[in-house]
Amino acid sequence: MSVSKEDVKHIANLSKLNLTDEELEKYTTQLSDIVSFANELSNINVEGVKPTAHILDIKNVFRKDEMQPSYDREEILKNAPSKDAGCVSVPKVVE
Amino acid sequence: MSLYSLTLTEVAKKIKNKEVTIKEVLDDIYSRIEAVEPKVDAYITLTQDLAYKRAEELQQRLDNGEDIGVLGGVPIAIKDNICTNGVKTTCASRMLENFTPIYDATVIKRLEEAGAIVLGKTNMDEFAMGSSTETSYFKKTKNPWDLARVPGGSSGGSAAAVSAQMAYASLGSDTGGSIRQPASYCSVVGLKPTYGLVSRFGLVAFASSLDQIGPFARTVEDATMMLNVLAGHDNMDTTSANLEKQDYTEALVNDVKGKVIGIPTDFITEGIHADVKAAYDKAIETMKNAGAEIKEITLSYAKYSLATYYIVATAEASSNLGRYDGIRYGHRAEDFNDLEELYRKSRTEGFGPEVKRRIMLGTYVLSSGYYDAYYKRAQQVRTLIVENFKKAFEDCDVIMIPTAPNTSFKFGEHSASPLEMYLEDIYTVPVNIAGLPGISVPGGFDSKGLPIGIQFIAKSFDEKNLLQVAYTFEQNTDYHTKEPTIEEGK
Repeated sequence: MSVSKEDVKHIANLSKLNLTDEELEKYTTQLSDIVSFANELSNINVEGVKPTAHILDIKNVFRKDEMQPSYDREEILKNAPSKDAGCVSVPKVVE
Repeated sequence: MSLYSLTLTEVAKKIKNKEVTIKEVLDDIYSRIEAVEPKVDAYITLTQDLAYKRAEELQQRLDNGEDIGVLGGVPIAIKDNICTNGVKTTCASRMLENFTPIYDATVIKRLEEAGAIVLGKTNMDEFAMGSSTETSYFKKTKNPWDLARVPGGSSGGSAAAVSAQMAYASLGSDTGGSIRQPASYCSVVGLKPTYGLVSRFGLVAFASSLDQIGPFARTVEDATMMLNVLAGHDNMDTTSANLEKQDYTEALVNDVKGKVIGIPTDFITEGIHADVKAAYDKAIETMKNAGAEIKEITLSYAKYSLATYYIVATAEASSNLGRYDGIRYGHRAEDFNDLEELYRKSRTEGFGPEVKRRIMLGTYVLSSGYYDAYYKRAQQVRTLIVENFKKAFEDCDVIMIPTAPNTSFKFGEHSASPLEMYLEDIYTVPVNIAGLPGISVPGGFDSKGLPIGIQFIAKSFDEKNLLQVAYTFEQNTDYHTKEPTIEEGK
């Protein structure tokens, strides 16, 4: 299985990345190479093998539902590229 | 002998015994940086003002007879993907060029509680994606052993800073070898602890099930001192292991009698540089002479680690890097007509080529129609690799393999083919896939005088066995005592 230009256009779109024609060519070749290399896994018998998402035997670690001090609004907003009236500002979302 | 060539342990002792002041140590290391940094380019940001302020406080406390900690006054460098309160943390990306965290990573808190002083933030591959530090948006870090060559990556700046004696130790992060491989290329010690031993809170996420923070140091003893400070449970990281605190310095014993060292002969086969193979064979001899039992083992699935890694790691990365949308922090494009265009332009401008490649690959393996063939299958092979190691550790205490199949390469040598570069990670990646601890120790030089690293791997949370074997290897060799020329090779 190799990666087509159409595939790369599709995944660039899902990833919210714009590609130039030149980049599209380059990434199609490079991603095809990598995916063909990864295809070596298709020869391994994995029938009945449980997938490992995580190597530690833990799940759903919760803390107590108690109030704790959080960060200061002004401090957090220092990193925002655009802000207004104590909020992060964005272009109009709803028409 | 200059102060900067001392080990961390030695300088900490001199400060504690008041043979030198902390200010003298700082003056010395910053003047070393001034002299060498223009050639090596290991740092993105230097934090002199904060460092001198802290030095003053620490000295005052020391003069008042207080205990200022095991790393009291020791200057340390930090990889630029670890959050430092009030100090820019860029991940060597245009995306985070102006990002200043408002909190410290847990490891920074721990280091500071132990008295360490942050010297600055080090260069790296963008978002820790790479094996040469060439994908940094800002600069190329040079290998102190040959300035025409790469320091390895992704923690290339942290490795080069310690190698060129511009820091007594440093922090890196290791997702597929990003501490051990540059340690090997730069002839320093690089330790990747067991997944869960060191808190990842404040580490900018790349692949969350594989990432781990660890130290670079000039000796195994120094790396152990660092681990003692870094290890421990943290409520802020849900994957942090809740174990009893250990004193790893107990492992600093020059003795491997009765220890069984596994040699996976079916894994170390083709594609290895002849000089690396020779150094590896010599290392086996060294351990045998030191009294270890050498035993052949099999790791039949280890060769599939690389394919597994590039599916699992990119899948996790594509998800983790979804947060960079130009809204709350990070790069925002200037011209856009609507929200969709803001996202697209900000991400297109903010990320470099390697990051885009991995986001797209990860998106591909997770996308509808390919999920089962790639992502799910890779997770199943991951299980086989984990079991492979478990079985191998029934027959041995520690596994020994080279850290990388080759020594450092020239800038641009692998730029045309990302896959070629990925193959450099073959010996480091299996350790992350299985969540094990691994360490790279200086293990010789090739015919060009470039460093070779020997890697030791142990069972999960068995850092003591790991460190004892690594320490014994180091004490029975002298590679770690050699210093780089900081010139271009011939």
